[in-house]
Amino acid sequence: MCAAQHLHIVMNFIENKFFLIALTFVVYLASQLLQKRTGISFLNPILLTIIVLICILLGCGVDYESYAEGGQYIEFWLKPAVVALGVPLYRQLESIRKQLLPILAAELAGCVIGTVSVVVVAKLLGATSDVVISLAPKSVTTPIAMEIASTLGGIPALTAAVVVCTGIFGGIAGFKMMKLSHVKSPIAQGLSMGTAAHAVGTSVAMESGYRYGAFSSLGLTLNGLFTALLTPFILSALGYTL
Amino acid sequence: MILQCAVLFSFLALGELVVWLTGIPIPSSIIGMLLLTAALKMKIVRVFWVDKVADFLLKNLGFFFVPAGVGLMNCLGLLSDQWLPIVGSCVISTFLVIAVTGWVHQYVRRAASSHRHELYRE
Repeated sequence: MCAAQHLHIVMNFIENKFFLIALTFVVYLASQLLQKRTGISFLNPILLTIIVLICILLGCGVDYESYAEGGQYIEFWLKPAVVALGVPLYRQLESIRKQLLPILAAELAGCVIGTVSVVVVAKLLGATSDVVISLAPKSVTTPIAMEIASTLGGIPALTAAVVVCTGIFGGIAGFKMMKLSHVKSPIAQGLSMGTAAHAVGTSVAMESGYRYGAFSSLGLTLNGLFTALLTPFILSALGYTL
Repeated sequence: MILQCAVLFSFLALGELVVWLTGIPIPSSIIGMLLLTAALKMKIVRVFWVDKVADFLLKNLGFFFVPAGVGLMNCLGLLSDQWLPIVGSCVISTFLVIAVTGWVHQYVRRAASSHRHELYRE
């Protein structure tokens, strides 16, 4: 066999789903180690893994559909993981009950400001209307956001990517933003994180303490529900025909 | 571990069932989460039946988002055409959500508790 044939066989093997799953684990592990060693929060392992994987895939000429053959088995765990958020939620039920009104008011405000601001700013900066609709549910967790985008006429693939990036950005910069805007109480911080940066933000909040994580998962749930219910009305109030 | 997964996936399946029966546009996982919380509260399910698998999944939550993020490679064209509105709106909006959610919570909580104090005084 000549070298070109060898190369061809190697290139085909890269599309093997078990190889792609292994690659995802290894790159994520390396990213985690890098962040631990350097202590730089900007080197978020999720973000780094996504960038490295995209570079490898593009470099080897593997398309996303081939990657998804393996990736779907990782993505599969997203749904059971969201169900698992019921446990921290249960453990904080007592403090939620005590603060029902402030929590509901904060969530409603966060949901409306999040949807309205992303739509208005994107429109002002010149986004086309299918992109605007795809951006509208950017703060809620992927399954909800994609559902909203596809029913309202957005681009679900763009929504999924934007949701993950928003989550990573919120996770990295969230606590600094809270310092800037004087959001101080642990419950408000947890809620804000979950409302702005869904499950990715929650995973960061979880590292700060179980209580933060619980309120963050409450934030992501309520914002998910409110966003699913309110986005169609907010978009049509802002002049989008759906 | 089998018990843990049996409980967790049963609630996911329950969520799927609710969506299938009613057709409501809410993901099955969110419904499963709420049902699990309710079942724990009503002591139908004990926390130690699910806490290990739940802690494991939640500790590694970020990892499960990687494939969706890699999907970005399918939108690179769109992204290079409209990167400014996409990035700009998400950054500004995320800051606003963090600030406003936190402010409203702190404000309403303070207002509610001072109101309660006034009631006590009367």
